[in-house]
Amino acid sequence: MTKTFDWIKAHTLGFVAILIFVFLIAPNAVMLLFSFNQPANKYNFVWHKFSLNAWKNPCASADMCSSIKLSITIAIITMILATALGTMVAFAMMRYRFQGRTFLNVLLFLPMAAPEVTMGITLMTFFYNTTGSNSLGFDTIIIAHVMFSLSYVVVTVKARLAGMDPTLENAAADLYATPFQTFRRVTLPLVMPGILAAALLSFALSIDDYIITVLTAGNEVTFPMYVYSSFQHSVPAQIDVIGSTMLLITLAGITFAQVPQIIKTRKA
Amino acid sequence: MNTLEAVGDLRLTGLTKRFGSFTAVDDLDLTIPQGSFFALLGASGCGKTTTLRMVSGLEDPTAGRIYIGDTEVTSTKPYKRPVNTVFQNYALFPHLNIYDNVAFGLRRRGVKDVKKQVDDILALVELAHLAKRKPTQLSGGQQQRVAVARALINQPQVLLLDEPLGALDLKLRRQMQIELKRIQTEVGLTFVHVTHDQEEAMTMADTIAVMSAGRIEQLGSPEELYENPATTFVANFLGQSNLVAGTVTGKEDGVITVDTHGVRIALPESRSRVESGAVIVGVRPEKVELAAGNAAIESGRNALPGGVVTDASFIGVSTQYLVKMPWGQELSVFEQNTGKEIYRPGAEVTLHWDATQTFGLDGSQDIEAGAEIDDEAAK
Repeated sequence: MTKTFDWIKAHTLGFVAILIFVFLIAPNAVMLLFSFNQPANKYNFVWHKFSLNAWKNPCASADMCSSIKLSITIAIITMILATALGTMVAFAMMRYRFQGRTFLNVLLFLPMAAPEVTMGITLMTFFYNTTGSNSLGFDTIIIAHVMFSLSYVVVTVKARLAGMDPTLENAAADLYATPFQTFRRVTLPLVMPGILAAALLSFALSIDDYIITVLTAGNEVTFPMYVYSSFQHSVPAQIDVIGSTMLLITLAGITFAQVPQIIKTRKA
Repeated sequence: MNTLEAVGDLRLTGLTKRFGSFTAVDDLDLTIPQGSFFALLGASGCGKTTTLRMVSGLEDPTAGRIYIGDTEVTSTKPYKRPVNTVFQNYALFPHLNIYDNVAFGLRRRGVKDVKKQVDDILALVELAHLAKRKPTQLSGGQQQRVAVARALINQPQVLLLDEPLGALDLKLRRQMQIELKRIQTEVGLTFVHVTHDQEEAMTMADTIAVMSAGRIEQLGSPEELYENPATTFVANFLGQSNLVAGTVTGKEDGVITVDTHGVRIALPESRSRVESGAVIVGVRPEKVELAAGNAAIESGRNALPGGVVTDASFIGVSTQYLVKMPWGQELSVFEQNTGKEIYRPGAEVTLHWDATQTFGLDGSQDIEAGAEIDDEAAK
């Protein structure tokens, strides 16, 4: 009896871990599975039979592929702009004491705290009243995406900067490095993991945003918007293909980033 | 003129640093001769690190000037000064391996072929086999040696050491003290060493400046400071002292007579900072011996009778006594283990010592100055 009890005690943690793992992985597994389905009707909800059709013709719906292209383009531009701007803001906030610094902190917190729908409406109203109703489109989506990604970039880079030993920059200056060399050789390499994480985050935030995008998109259709609108009349298996591809690319990316680290720890 | 070429003594004139209303360094005048091992000794917050940072250029002085030889470097950028620092936490670049850390300074100055120099300096600090490691893979002592090598390779005119041994354990610290001293003798550069550890300062430095509240209390060789402290702060901070207040009653043949609590004490004029009025007489605990009761003391020795032993700790080489005097003050005595009788607590004793070992200080000072700080700083 006590033996059974001990066994349960010893394995509870592992059991809970597996449950959580299943909880996290199950939806992705379902998505991957249904990308190989040949749906019986327009809705890919019920397993019918195995097929590679969807993988062979991912762009069966031309609108879907153009929407993906648009989403990726927007995400990349957002990533570059938000990361560049956010990194600069983070440096300014960590290194300098200036008027309005506290206010800026609050301002940066707002996009994270405010409901997206409010922000979307606000932005739409803003664009209507400044650049006009015809201006909604690619540019306004970018502006909106940079705006909400910026906060996350600042927070991520700031955290990395805060964890950096300030005497390292002193040491570089002491060792004949000009301010630019100090930045290039010491500060930037040390903050880089934070900047990369921020870039990934802003890319991810941008590519799957729906609410703010739909309110600032005008006639443009991004991938999330396509998926949502197609839901009214059909859910093709290609959506699962795209989802699975994104998942696999992400997994590959993470694995790739971890490999040098793993090799290093093995060696040491 | 290229300041990197500046050669000579390090001179600070009227150097002052204020942070708001707080004066960290107060009108400091100091000349540190080229090639010397100089220690700035003081408790935390005395301004020693601020002084160092001003020399390295990481802090701008509020007033005053800094010279290396005849070249003024007061407002020279840190990366243009012929000065390198070994930081308290070493500040090794975590993303670079040991080799690249050490080569950093040479590369920034555009030296193309650094291999030979890096190999040589790594050999000097006995770390050649760890060149490819990252700093986090090294022990504290090894990191410390990398920090020294990274600074030394640039052959600076002045090497600044900011509490470089603070993070090491006692045994390693002793070892590194000898090591640093060896390296300094070998390379012959000016070393300026900031520390709160008086023993460390005394073992390593040729000259020590004791700092307190942004000013230099006294400057001299370790022997000078120890034997002839100028202030009660130095007497208490550097080792221990028995300090007793008294009044000068006369002077004859180079000997000042002092009355302390009704006892006559002889004080060599050459070792006294005052010649009249209030005086504090001092003697180091290891120079004092104990005699039982009111035993007669031979002439030429000072004697303080009427003491009662309150504590006796036998530590092998010596016995450390605390003796309560009739006026309430507790004095300490370190008696070497020469086979003499050990006095138990409660025993009545007379303290006596060679009169020439007495020093005299200005009587207007706080007799306790520097005593508590040492305990605190020593942690």
